[in-house]
Amino acid sequence: MQVRICDLSPPGHIRTPKYLRGKTGVIERVLGRFQSPEQRAYALPAPEKQLYRVRFSMAELWGDGAEAPEDTLDAEIYEHWIEGGDHAA
Amino acid sequence: MPHDHHDHDGLSPSGHPYRVDNDAPLSYWQTMEIAIRELMIEKGEITAAQVASQIDAMDARSPANGAQVVARAWTDPDFKAALLKDATKATREMGFDIGPMNLVAVENTKDVHNVIVCTLCSCYPRNLLGLPPDWYKTREYRSRTVKEPRKVLAEFGVVLPDSVTCRVHDSTADMRYIVLPARPDGTDGMSAEALAKLVTRDAMIGTGLPKSREP
Repeated sequence: MQVRICDLSPPGHIRTPKYLRGKTGVIERVLGRFQSPEQRAYALPAPEKQLYRVRFSMAELWGDGAEAPEDTLDAEIYEHWIEGGDHAA
Repeated sequence: MPHDHHDHDGLSPSGHPYRVDNDAPLSYWQTMEIAIRELMIEKGEITAAQVASQIDAMDARSPANGAQVVARAWTDPDFKAALLKDATKATREMGFDIGPMNLVAVENTKDVHNVIVCTLCSCYPRNLLGLPPDWYKTREYRSRTVKEPRKVLAEFGVVLPDSVTCRVHDSTADMRYIVLPARPDGTDGMSAEALAKLVTRDAMIGTGLPKSREP
C-alpha cells in the first residue's frame, strides 16, 4: 500500500526524520502496536499506535541526487505520521 | 635514537607522541546522569551493585552472540525461516536474554545487500551484540549512509555491483536490526560452531562481509 508521510515539523521529540517528511513510500510490513516514543519521552500518556515499516526508493528521497535510484530505504513510521492515518495523540 | 630523547619534539621517551588525557569536563547530560543515579541510590530506589551488574551484563554481550544466530540460520533452514519471520522470538528461543528488544533480521542474497543505520541517534541491537562501534554513532556515518550508502560501503571495503540492490534500514523507532549475511562460498559441510567464527560484527551491520574459510 502506498502512503505519504506528513510534511510537518512539530516541536518536541519526534521520530520521523526530516528527510522522509512529505515523501511517498510503500508499507513493507506492519510491525504492531507500540506506545509512541514521542509521548513517552515526556512521560505523557501514550496510547498504543500502529507502527509500520515504510520502504522508499532512493529516487523518491533524493531525486536526481540519488546515488542509485532503485536502491531503497526502510524506516519505521508511526500511523500518526502517515497522511490519512489516526492523528490523535 | 628517539629513545635517548626526553620531551623532545613533543615525543614521549618511547618515541611516540604524548596522548591527550581523556579528561574533558563532564557534559550537561553526563552530569545529569550522575546526579540522577546518585539520587536514586541515596533514596534506596536502586543500589550501586545493581548499576554495576547491568554494566557488566551489557559488557558481556558481544558480536559472538549474533554470530551464533547467523551460523545457525546458515545450517538450519527451519531456524532461518523463523528468524526472518520473527527475530525477537527466534533469538529468545535460542537462549539469548535480549530483554524487551524487538529484533528484525534482514537477509543478504546475491541480489540484495542490507545495511543498518540510525539517523536519529545510535539505535543498535545492543541486547544481542553489545555496544555499537564508535563510528556507528558518528554524524558522518548516520547522515551519509542514507544518502550515499554505496560510497560509504566502498570505504568499508564492500563494493556492490550495479546488479545488487542496496537496502538501507533506518532504525527510527522500536525495532532493532541485524543483517543475516549470505553464507560464504566454499563453506559446505562446516559446523555451525566453525561458521560462527567467520561472522564479523560489521557483517551483521552490513558494512562488512563474513570472512572466507581459512585456506
